[in-house]
Amino acid sequence: MPGFTLPSATLLAQSVLSGIFVGALYGLMGLGLSLSWGLLRIINLAHFAFAFLAAYICFQLASHGVDPLLTLVGIVPAFFALGVLLHWLMARFRMTTFNSLLLTFGLMGIVEAIIQTIWTADFRKLESAYANQKFKLGALFVPVPELITLVLAVSLALSISAVLRYTDLGRALRAAAEDAPIAAAFGVDQRRNGLLLAGTCAALVSIAGVCIALTATLAPSQMYAWIGVVFAAVMLGGLGSAIGPLVAGLLIGVSEAVTMAVTAPSWAPIVSFTLLIVVLVLRPGKAA
Amino acid sequence: MNAMHFTRRAALAAALAVALPAAVAQTPAGQPIRIGSTLALTGPLAATAQIHKIVGDIYVEQLNKRGGLLGRPVEWVVKDDQSKPDLARTLYEQLITADKVDLLMGPYATGAILSAMGVAQRYDKVLVHHTLGIPSLAKYDMQFPAWSLGSEPATTVPNTLFDALAAGPKPPKTVAVVTNKFPSIQFMTAGAREVMKKRGLSEVLFLEWDFGNRDFGPIAARIKDAKPDFVWVGAIGLDGNLLLDAMKKIDYVPPQHFYLYPAPGPLVSLPEAKNALSVTIFEEQPPFTSNPGAAEFVKLYRERATKAGLADPSVETQAAASYTAWQILEAGVNATKSLDDKAIGTWLKANRVDTIQGKLRFNGAGNFGDDLMRIKQVQNGHWIVVWPKEVTSGGAKLQAN
Repeated sequence: MPGFTLPSATLLAQSVLSGIFVGALYGLMGLGLSLSWGLLRIINLAHFAFAFLAAYICFQLASHGVDPLLTLVGIVPAFFALGVLLHWLMARFRMTTFNSLLLTFGLMGIVEAIIQTIWTADFRKLESAYANQKFKLGALFVPVPELITLVLAVSLALSISAVLRYTDLGRALRAAAEDAPIAAAFGVDQRRNGLLLAGTCAALVSIAGVCIALTATLAPSQMYAWIGVVFAAVMLGGLGSAIGPLVAGLLIGVSEAVTMAVTAPSWAPIVSFTLLIVVLVLRPGKAA
Repeated sequence: MNAMHFTRRAALAAALAVALPAAVAQTPAGQPIRIGSTLALTGPLAATAQIHKIVGDIYVEQLNKRGGLLGRPVEWVVKDDQSKPDLARTLYEQLITADKVDLLMGPYATGAILSAMGVAQRYDKVLVHHTLGIPSLAKYDMQFPAWSLGSEPATTVPNTLFDALAAGPKPPKTVAVVTNKFPSIQFMTAGAREVMKKRGLSEVLFLEWDFGNRDFGPIAARIKDAKPDFVWVGAIGLDGNLLLDAMKKIDYVPPQHFYLYPAPGPLVSLPEAKNALSVTIFEEQPPFTSNPGAAEFVKLYRERATKAGLADPSVETQAAASYTAWQILEAGVNATKSLDDKAIGTWLKANRVDTIQGKLRFNGAGNFGDDLMRIKQVQNGHWIVVWPKEVTSGGAKLQAN
């Protein structure tokens, strides 16, 4: 049994901040996955591969002097197109939810192999001007790359949530997810909306990928390390929700960080998955 | 004129008489000798396994240029175990029973090596392996380690490190021990903690994290809070980089720090890794490069690694252990003039082999020989060996932050 240490207020606060930053990335990774799963009934495992592909492309462009944030100008539309293409293929072959899981799992392996062929299995670290920037908030350190991730995660989650709630497109997407035939009877163009949403999900995960490039070291196999915790954030936050995965991600990140601050860091993964089990047991309808 | 022609012709004939037999001797002939192994060509261990792939290719190429083994060409049959020890086991079975290879070479990483060892034992095959991290698990009689960490590295390696620190500018009194729970790391860290206790050092912090941990922020904050003189980081792969990144974000520089098995290239290139310590069996500097075959191997490896796009093309522990493994196997075959595994195994146990690490023996517990692990330090963006004194060069000394 690990010992409990009473941390100093600064240590605790810094850990909470660290948890917020990492949780924001969980939420940003989970945003597209949640929308795809909840509104399109597609479980897109290739999501994680796309994140890393975007990260590597950002790394490559930044190695040639392009500002990492500026790479979004090219990466986002490219991945939007990729998402549209993938969804078109899945719709063309009338993929069921389970089949989409299998297909995208295979696609994940293919993308990993492509990444390894181009960039090798070696670790790659993006050395950017942002990496050395941080500022102090009282006694707490706020690193700029992580802050960028948090700002992007929050603003995108709020924007997408607003679109889903207040626009005709958002209502149409939710209606189609609720009852596709009735939505179609009311004139909802599900095909067009599906392509638009799938492209948006891929674009969102590419933004997450650029954030990964800014904050983490890259290796092709690392994409698998995110699956468990991001799925937990998506299921905790609720499928089809834009804000849910962010809130869940923050909750998971902070609880992991606080666990690491007061007891053995090796207990941290237990916390996030215990949370998921508790929610699924107490509110089984929430995640489905 | 005629005299000059005669002289030229005679000289040409003499040259051919010397060169031709030598050229003929260099070309191996006959049925290839097939050496089988697996490597983690994909998966989380691929970054290091690709080093072993490059080294193996270099060695087999050089070997065939030198006449192969027993006058026959050598063919290396390598399969991808995808970083999975269970798959490594299956593939080694396949190599022996279906591919019918003549000899085996070990895979990368402790888990896969142990799997391969079980298979080798079933079929009475010699298994030379690169980097087994837990010597006490090597129970098979005909396995031979190329990594000279001795039979009790959990005691001898920390003692070497603390001898170096004691002779350094700031011998530590307090230590923070933070470690990955990866088996070969955890076992070394446990040994280090015992050594620290015996040496009267005070442990001010002890933390463990799981393999694959993403967030090192709280860990860095706890180390900073503990204010140790020295930080032992049971690191593997990128742990060191991630922890140093996290420390940088909270403006913390450890006074002295040690990383057990880091990915050496990424760590040495990090500015925050200044004066970071680690262990090594080989570096690209004298006296290591004076060992047989070392200088040529270093040159070739750099060329191939750069061509393969590796971020760090220098030879260190993994590449050196890999090359040594092939040297051991070649020595055993040549000495016994056979492919008989029992004969090779018997010979290796009774003799020393000249390698790029030095003369190695295999007659200790678990067939391990001497602990040849040295202490190296990041100085001015390079790994420099700083201890023991007899293997340092250019007056290199341990520095502190």
